[in-house]
Amino acid sequence: MNAVVVIAGYGLREALRRRVFAVVVVLTIGFLFLYWLGTHYLFDHLGEVTPPPGEIDSRTLVGATVLGLGMFATLFLGVVLAIFLTLGVVRGDAESGLLQPLVVRPVGRGTVLVARLAGAASVCVPYVVLVYGAAVVITRVNGDWTPDRIVTPGLELTFGVVIVAALSLLGSVFLTTTANGIAVFMLFGAGLVAGLLGQIGDALNSHTLERIATVTAWVVPFEALYQDALHGITVNTSGFTRVALSLGPFGGAHVGGPYLGLWAAAYLALAVGLAILAFTKTDL
Amino acid sequence: MPALRVRALEKRYGRTPALAGVDVDVGEGELFGLLGPNGAGKSTLVKIACGLVRPTRGSAEICGARAGSPPARRSLGYLAELFRFPGWASADEVLELHQRLAGSSGGTAERAELLELVGLAYARDVRVEAMSKGMQQRLGIAQALVGFPPLLLLDEPTSALDPAGRRTVRTLLEELRGRGISVLLNSHLLSEVELVCDRVAILRDGRVVAAGVPDELARPRGVEIETDDGVVRLDGGREEAARAVAELVAAGRKVYRVDVRRSTLEEVYLDAVGE
Repeated sequence: MNAVVVIAGYGLREALRRRVFAVVVVLTIGFLFLYWLGTHYLFDHLGEVTPPPGEIDSRTLVGATVLGLGMFATLFLGVVLAIFLTLGVVRGDAESGLLQPLVVRPVGRGTVLVARLAGAASVCVPYVVLVYGAAVVITRVNGDWTPDRIVTPGLELTFGVVIVAALSLLGSVFLTTTANGIAVFMLFGAGLVAGLLGQIGDALNSHTLERIATVTAWVVPFEALYQDALHGITVNTSGFTRVALSLGPFGGAHVGGPYLGLWAAAYLALAVGLAILAFTKTDL
Repeated sequence: MPALRVRALEKRYGRTPALAGVDVDVGEGELFGLLGPNGAGKSTLVKIACGLVRPTRGSAEICGARAGSPPARRSLGYLAELFRFPGWASADEVLELHQRLAGSSGGTAERAELLELVGLAYARDVRVEAMSKGMQQRLGIAQALVGFPPLLLLDEPTSALDPAGRRTVRTLLEELRGRGISVLLNSHLLSEVELVCDRVAILRDGRVVAAGVPDELARPRGVEIETDDGVVRLDGGREEAARAVAELVAAGRKVYRVDVRRSTLEEVYLDAVGE
């Protein structure tokens, strides 16, 4: 346990030196300012939203859409942080000579990987909770709108980010830092595109698109968690408002179901297990 | 029990053999030099010993434990040929980090002793990023010595050091021998290996092509006798020199100088690697 704490702290200080946190803090401040500005003007002009009030609940439509956007940004920033904290853990650090002095110590390679993932998670989880919480508060203050569920969507976002961190860790065993960064960002992008396809499929009633999106979301469960989180913020909304929401990009058409959490946990364990197995067999 | 015991060790990277059946023993308190041209397999041997690389066949044991196992890793210190410490850390912080990972309870006193040993006592609070390459290399040696393990694996430990730094390391290695610490020294600097090592092994194409005490490896390379009638050169060693001098004196020649020539480790090395 002591070794995990030591190595996790070491990884975080190394990230601090690389100015990862500085970049993310600047991006976050920029995002939250824009989010505040956006919600302020959107809710200020609520009466001009089409379709007009009366047919649908425009406050919910605007609130859910803009918070959905905020959740997307939160996920994206959390993923950026997670990837930058883990993309060079094995190959990158081995090539620069940082890893070898640590690995020859009697701590075990598995401990090194778990510690680095724990270090990344100890930053990403509070970060996602904080940014998501800030987005919810800003939406409440500026628009007097609160999502149907608050805690579960936040937890799903953080879980999604931890899964991306684990995938980045796994990739770092096989790929160089740059290649791994590109690969994980492309995987993340592919998941998002699949989610949007599912959204379009839902709006157009295309079962093929929906099936593609569902399969993809389960293959990369951070996307399924994100979709389920989007669904969660308007879980009690129905009628025309529900229909209007499902036509937008943040409608949360995909419902995870009762097994999503289990699958995501198993997926995370599998990714970490594979990373440890591969790392154990890697010559440095 | 030898500090390092390597038997029939083989390593292939794909189709390329790096080690093709190597046997090496490093005894307790012994300074063992590993020599060979680039690509001979020296670094691979050291990396297998410290568990960074898995052997294809054969075995390597550290103080009786399988190389790479936790007990083996507890018994060794390692300085890689290419290594880097985090630039944000001071010398003291680097050593503290490795103390915690190695489970050393030496604390501040051990860190101070290590920095003193490698001549970096003045740089305790200097950050790695502000250190010269030579200072970082000396810090690397201090890091390998954390907990004073029974076996030290040093891969080119003096490559970035100036002559004074090399001398510091030589003195340090001799002191370690006095403490009973075994050292496997992988170096290109033959003169240095010759000066400090008790035994050497020369690797070529993944095989040991010569091994032994440096003096034993050296062979007679003839005798040169300067007389009033010019320089006489003949094959052989000390016995041939004595006989030749006696014959020359008996013949009325004046002998000014007798040089019994022996091969240096460098010449032994060049013969062994075929250059």
